[in-house]
Amino acid sequence: MLVGVSFFNDDKITQPGFGQWAKFLGDPFSYKVIVDTMMLGVKTVCATVLIGYPLALVYLDASPRLQKVLIFIIVMPLLLSVVVRTFAWIVVLGREGVVNTLLMQLGIISEPLRLLQTELGLVISLTQIEMPLLLLPLISVMSRLDGNLRDASAALGASRWRTLFKVTVPLSMPGLVAGCLLVFASSTTAFISQTVIGGVRLIYLPLLIWQQSLVVFNWPFAAVVSLTLLVSVLTVVSALSYLGRRSGGYVHG
Amino acid sequence: MGRRRSLADLSYSLVIGTLAALALLIIVAPVVIVLTTSFTEGRSLKFPPTGFSLQWYEALFDASKSRQIHRAVYNSLEVAAWSTGFGILFGSMASLGLARNRHRLARVADGLFMSPLVLPGLTFGLAALMYFTLIGLRPSLNLIIAGHMIVTVPFIIRTTSASISQLDPALNDSSQSLGASWFYTMRRVTLPLIAPGIFAGAFLAFMASIDNVPVSLFLSTARTDMLPIRMWGMMESTLDPRIAAVSGVLITVAFLLMLIMEWTVGLTGRMRE
Repeated sequence: MLVGVSFFNDDKITQPGFGQWAKFLGDPFSYKVIVDTMMLGVKTVCATVLIGYPLALVYLDASPRLQKVLIFIIVMPLLLSVVVRTFAWIVVLGREGVVNTLLMQLGIISEPLRLLQTELGLVISLTQIEMPLLLLPLISVMSRLDGNLRDASAALGASRWRTLFKVTVPLSMPGLVAGCLLVFASSTTAFISQTVIGGVRLIYLPLLIWQQSLVVFNWPFAAVVSLTLLVSVLTVVSALSYLGRRSGGYVHG
Repeated sequence: MGRRRSLADLSYSLVIGTLAALALLIIVAPVVIVLTTSFTEGRSLKFPPTGFSLQWYEALFDASKSRQIHRAVYNSLEVAAWSTGFGILFGSMASLGLARNRHRLARVADGLFMSPLVLPGLTFGLAALMYFTLIGLRPSLNLIIAGHMIVTVPFIIRTTSASISQLDPALNDSSQSLGASWFYTMRRVTLPLIAPGIFAGAFLAFMASIDNVPVSLFLSTARTDMLPIRMWGMMESTLDPRIAAVSGVLITVAFLLMLIMEWTVGLTGRMRE
């Protein structure tokens, strides 16, 4: 359907042709938007893993009671509307928001920092918004790991760092990869968060699709952008899952 | 057991502990902050809020001031209810049909049903809009229901399939060998056993429908406004503190629902599987 519509030259969908593809692919701006969107996904995945993985480790070592509380906290945001979570970050990152108020009162900064409408602010927000998607598959794989393996590693004299990188991380790789895929796919297409926190200055593919289809009503062009998004996300996702399968083979082989 | 060893372990606990604490803070803090801000006395969304008042909640529940929001809420609830209802029907039939079916076509169908979970929702929303328009349908609430059903039914299929795979096939066999008809077995043995799975999936599907942006964005019009789209509009134009009040209500509802689901079907345990 989308493929069909994308091969029309004018926005009335009457003249077939490659015009829209040529227009999109001939514009250096398009490549910048594609790269920006993919980089946003990569940065969000990195930030999520950096703080999400330790949380999963703490969950693994926690008592069953604490585990129940933790899983509740982790799942809770998932049931909360994305719009609410995005809105929360506006309150936190805004000019008169928590971060700025705190930093100014501590005397670290004198002028409010611009956090909204920057990529940094967007990545921080997406980290929270997408965190459950990483943690759920990760925790499900981790809790099936044989705890004896970690004990054995410790008993054989490995430090906890060594145990983490030589035993726990490789064994939890399937969960980690699955989580990263979900976070990546979700953050690159998080339209609401991208437009509200990123504002109009940061342009990503979803915003372009929305503008072209519902503001300019150039459906063929919107179809082109939308297919680009689909293909780029699927490419990264399949590359990652291929790597994930290979690392899985390495552990078992 | 040298001193270096304990130092390394100490640094491990320190680094992992700090990062995990940071993660928890990032997850919980915004929710708490929005809740507190919604009770502000001022006209802007400052933190810490100045004073305490319920004025934004009053403005929100006032039918004359917030008519648009109310209509969006009703639309969202209606769409979620219908799409979940149909979703339960189709989803549980699909999972029963696909369960233990090793045929290649079944694998393909399985992937097809799950694809809305991975594919960008915007792409699907745009495609749905074009498809419906080209076959001549005007945007309406029914179209939104259909669109939502497609993107939320995977949740039902996933939890139901998980329940079916844990079902002991011997139960069905014994029911049938004792002379029960296929329908009777389904009604008295299979369905009661997989009901918690269907229920958990329906709950997730309902929440996903309420929260859905990509499909609603393309299929809703001014007349069929949906809550998330309405809230997005409110955030884009002016920072209306009523959003904080809406968020406060949604947070409370989500929290209560989650407690209920935890007690009845053990939702978190299901999601970890």
